[in-house]
Amino acid sequence: MIYNKRLVLAHFWLAFAVFGAAILLGEWQMFIRSPLHGWLRNADLYYRSVTAHGTVMGYVFPTLVAMGFGYAFSELALRQPLIGTRWAWAGFYLIIVGTLGAAIPVGLGLDSVLYTFYPPMVGHASYYIGVVLVVVGSWIWVALMGVNLYAWKRAHRGAPVPLAMFATVAGAYLWAWTAVGAALELLFQLIPVALGWSSSINAGLARVLFSWTLHAIVYFWLMPAYIAFYTIVPRAIGGRLYSDTMARISFALFLVFAMPIGIHHLFADPQVGAGFKFLHSVFTAMVSVPTLLTVFTICASVEIASRLRGGKGAFGWVKALPWDNPQMLALALSFVMLGFGGAGGLINMSYQLNSTIHNTQWVTAHFHLIFAGAIVIMYFAIAYDLWPHLTGRAMGSLRLIRTQLWLWFIGMIVLTFPWHYAGLLGMPRRMAFYDYTAPGGDTEALTVIMSVVGGAILVVSAAIFLTVLWRNHRAPQIAPEPYTFSKPVHEPANLPWALNGLGLWVGLMIALTLTNYGFPIAQLMRLHEAQVPAVYVGGKP
Amino acid sequence: MVQPASELHGSADVAARIERRWGFAMLGIVSVLVAITIFMGLSTAMMPPSRVETIDPTTLHVSGEFAEANLGSVYEPDGSVTVHVIGQQYSFTPQCIVVPAETPVTFRVTSADVIHGMLVTGTNINAMVEPGFIATFKTSFDAPGDHLMPCHEFCGTGHEGMWANVRVVDKNAFTRLTSHARRATCDL
Repeated sequence: MIYNKRLVLAHFWLAFAVFGAAILLGEWQMFIRSPLHGWLRNADLYYRSVTAHGTVMGYVFPTLVAMGFGYAFSELALRQPLIGTRWAWAGFYLIIVGTLGAAIPVGLGLDSVLYTFYPPMVGHASYYIGVVLVVVGSWIWVALMGVNLYAWKRAHRGAPVPLAMFATVAGAYLWAWTAVGAALELLFQLIPVALGWSSSINAGLARVLFSWTLHAIVYFWLMPAYIAFYTIVPRAIGGRLYSDTMARISFALFLVFAMPIGIHHLFADPQVGAGFKFLHSVFTAMVSVPTLLTVFTICASVEIASRLRGGKGAFGWVKALPWDNPQMLALALSFVMLGFGGAGGLINMSYQLNSTIHNTQWVTAHFHLIFAGAIVIMYFAIAYDLWPHLTGRAMGSLRLIRTQLWLWFIGMIVLTFPWHYAGLLGMPRRMAFYDYTAPGGDTEALTVIMSVVGGAILVVSAAIFLTVLWRNHRAPQIAPEPYTFSKPVHEPANLPWALNGLGLWVGLMIALTLTNYGFPIAQLMRLHEAQVPAVYVGGKP
Repeated sequence: MVQPASELHGSADVAARIERRWGFAMLGIVSVLVAITIFMGLSTAMMPPSRVETIDPTTLHVSGEFAEANLGSVYEPDGSVTVHVIGQQYSFTPQCIVVPAETPVTFRVTSADVIHGMLVTGTNINAMVEPGFIATFKTSFDAPGDHLMPCHEFCGTGHEGMWANVRVVDKNAFTRLTSHARRATCDL
């Protein structure tokens, strides 16, 4: 059972509340830069909005979901109350303070530097310090996950670590190491300049440090979704997990390969040599392997569910799947979006193809499809699965839940497919408005209008999601059945050392990061001539 | 349902074997993709900007290759063309770049203030423009025509207004343009 229900609910509710606010900003952005209106020509408001939307959706929302999910799953998987509850609350309050500290100057227009910071542009120090506090709050969670697993291992010597906890801790360690890049950039480059202690920044180095965080953070966002694939969905639809070992291998591979690949964001940058760009391209190709393993294992797991229900034939079993079950629906829709988004990702990582689409709307489309699509739809599924256990109340209409999931999927497709096309036409991203009178501008106008429609569908879906969760708090009380995880077809009796702990993989993660990042960072640190003057946004401190 | 131990092991082995096969198939696909990348890189020299060259953004206008008189396109002794461009909040200099078709062109681009980006629509030209560094890349244009060249990286509140143009003309027209001036821009 979940012992600290209030802690988990506090994390989830804050996460979904900021998500609800940020999605409105997203849709507003699409609307004001579309040709549908002509009354707002204030670019500054637009970039404030992009900064807030990106900061919330990129840092605050997924971090809170991962934390709440982690606290719940560590108690459920280890069957022990969370150790360090007070610390957990302290981390939660740090995130609130950090979010407010970052949001206020953004709202005042002092920090329109977007969530990717863009030095040598420098905003108000309060924004950067707020982001650091959010990260520090989440590091408390990382430490607690490690401490809880350690305590359990001492009490259960030699027993296999539950898969749900193995994966949760893998996600926590990945995040701890991933956040180091942006933390170095903030603490040693941006905050000193924002406070007025220094006036120059090595912009090229800052971008390399940020890329350290920028790609692996996506895998941190992705972890709860993948944990749900393996440990929630097969159980919820009455199937079995095809392979427990393959699940552990996938999570271990994510830990190792998610990190040393961020320079693929810098293929078009002048401060990194071709050799390291190539190296990161190869490693990016490697990180598709755990996803491809996951797709196989999960498809096999749902096939088992179908066959147990009487599904027959090579393909006929697909029909016998419990499609009215929200977990089944969420999984299927998530996989479709993961397929399209992943194909786009393979194009982005291709050393040469990337030059066609780098920094165009294509990229926006790609990461919305992967994160806001494939991953966030699983956050919904996780909430639907955990909520009755958190509130002790029955979940209302399944039909409304299915409608919500379908709307999210349709909205995401209508939003991102036109963006992909606009990117191929060469439409840059992060623009307050476009010149639709330029040659070819009418084609681009149409894609933006379609994306406005997609965004509106997403807003409706998000509103239904929040309504369903809110209504549950007033539903009749029930005594939910004990929470269970998917049972593997073959229960692991004794696991090899490497798959029963994360030591080896964390070691590999750090070693590979240092090989793939050490030289470029050391080289750029020595380039004093690359120190350039800071450009202050919203007034000098 | 109780299964004899031998049968249990049998099905576990089958499951493991199928998964191993899938794993190897996926590794194979990934290897092919990487091999294609390597082949294209070597055979057609499709490479991203690859040199780490620094420059002081505060003295660009004073002297050196990015002084104002040197911006724009010029014929090199070997018949290729070099284009020098500066990005700054919120414009490119020169605002219109003229280049010959079917000629090797080398772009050298840097920023005078913050991070910018440039892409030429309808081509694969795409580079980050960063203060302190020079982005160098080689290309050639197939046919005469006009292309838009927006700044594609957020560079401040005027970012959406930062657009330049690339005019590709035929070789003879370009030779005429450069016969009476060392550097060519569309203004000539």
